[in-house]
Amino acid sequence: MRITERQPVRPLMDPEAVEGRMKARKAADRLFRMLFLTSTLLVLMVLGVLFYRILSQGLGNLTPAFFENFASRMPEKAGIRAALTGSLWLMAVVAPVSMILGVGTAVYLEEYAKKNRLNDWVRMNISNLAGVPSVVFGLLGLTVFARALALGNSILAAGLTMSLLILPVIIVASQEAIRAVPRDLREASFGMGATKWQTIVRVVLPGAVPGILTGSILALSRAIGETAPLIVLGVPVIIQFLPAGVLDTFTALPMQIYDWAKRPQAAFQEVASAGIIVLLILLLAMNSAAVLIRNKFRNRY
Amino acid sequence: MVQMIERTRERAGLKAISRPPELADARPLVFDTKRLNLWYGNHHALKNIDLPIRENEVTAIIGPSGCGKSTYIKTLNRMVDLIGGVRTSGEIIYRGRNILDRGFSPEELRTRVGMVFQKPNPFPKSIYDNVAYGPRIHGIRSKKLLDEIVEKSLRGAAIWEEVKDRLKANACSLSGGQQQRICIARALAVEPDVILMDEPTSALDPISTLRVEELVQELRDDYSIVIVTHNMQQAGRISGRTAFFLNGEVIEYDETGKMFSNPEDKRTEDYISGRFG
Repeated sequence: MRITERQPVRPLMDPEAVEGRMKARKAADRLFRMLFLTSTLLVLMVLGVLFYRILSQGLGNLTPAFFENFASRMPEKAGIRAALTGSLWLMAVVAPVSMILGVGTAVYLEEYAKKNRLNDWVRMNISNLAGVPSVVFGLLGLTVFARALALGNSILAAGLTMSLLILPVIIVASQEAIRAVPRDLREASFGMGATKWQTIVRVVLPGAVPGILTGSILALSRAIGETAPLIVLGVPVIIQFLPAGVLDTFTALPMQIYDWAKRPQAAFQEVASAGIIVLLILLLAMNSAAVLIRNKFRNRY
Repeated sequence: MVQMIERTRERAGLKAISRPPELADARPLVFDTKRLNLWYGNHHALKNIDLPIRENEVTAIIGPSGCGKSTYIKTLNRMVDLIGGVRTSGEIIYRGRNILDRGFSPEELRTRVGMVFQKPNPFPKSIYDNVAYGPRIHGIRSKKLLDEIVEKSLRGAAIWEEVKDRLKANACSLSGGQQQRICIARALAVEPDVILMDEPTSALDPISTLRVEELVQELRDDYSIVIVTHNMQQAGRISGRTAFFLNGEVIEYDETGKMFSNPEDKRTEDYISGRFG
């Protein structure tokens, strides 16, 4: 017995018309291939020009003295000692603050919070916060940390501001990593009498750590390159000492680069390029770490 | 059908399953469900369930998809709590206490009432760490004691010989049938009183299925087992009593042999003979 209906004897698609359209379809195929290739090449070219300009200008300045000197009025004596140290201090505040708050919030939202309208609304707005311009966060930091809490333009004030800036990104990345841990595994753990906390520590977090780390490192690399919040906070650029603690004032790499780049002397442009190279190397190292972590832990389930 | 299974069994090198022994009605109750109702939001998923579960017996729960059998078994260890918007009424008495009472901690209940799931769900850890998970969360630190528990549990789940040389290997690298037996070992390691099995063989091939069935027979001597199954032959092979669920109600509950040969309700007969479901 036939289940399908009998096919019509004459085909419904006219083979000649199909053949006739074949050429146009293939031409469109080639056209789009070229279009996409062009856009890729354009992007690569821009990147290439950027690298060429920075490397050709900056490499000559990348001497040991450049790392040992403080900022100076004379370009040949200018160095990034204060800025590099300041950026590292900044990271030392931003990394723990943003990761503890971010992962904690993500765990609460994914594991504890009930699924209701209010929580959906909170979740949605956290994602929206990720799109708020950094200068706005700078104003928030100025009002809350610099003025209300009287932290001034210290490392702590800047670090807390930067933490707020990247917090939404870390929360969203951590939420996704936590959500990716299969439900089965949580059920297995609960099924043996584990409490929620034990399940989170022993099953959920170990599964989510690669995703959380990758997201956090990428967010931190954004914080290390941000300039706008530092400008709003009034972080100085000419500093002749190293900070001794988080309440000291400081300067950071992007601030220093920004200051050099806006000076009229051509020699300072080259110093700025050298600074950019250092910043780029830092960013590249952090992004590679993120990629390595992601690859190492891929396909665990 | 039975002959075919017997042949598969011989080829797999398994010994014939002993028939369930004559049932003694005097066996004490482990669970006594009385007028249990359960709602998911507005959906009335379980309706006036009255169902006793007896000690050292295999109780099978059969019924078509969506009849509430999985919901029922998940109520017995309160895994339904994990789903939002669940309401219940009635009671489930476990060893003299109502597990639906607010005061009954689900962690304590789940320590006594273990569970094996439909899809094998080992943790992405070593075989050893999988089996030691339960004892560890209950605070056992001694390496020697953990070693003992792991070996005993793996032997209890009939998989010790296959994995004893690679306890440090990732449990996810085993075959599906082996993974499911690791999950059974993991449940045994907590030394539960009851083991709930939610279609434990539905993701397994026929030979692994037979091994798990054989294991269930052996476990009956030490544990009380409730098994949800889609497979009526399986219920017939391994259970002492069977409950037939339909649309959230228990249509019939009886000794398996009697229910399969001489069901009282027309709907049970229709389902067992394959007319629907």
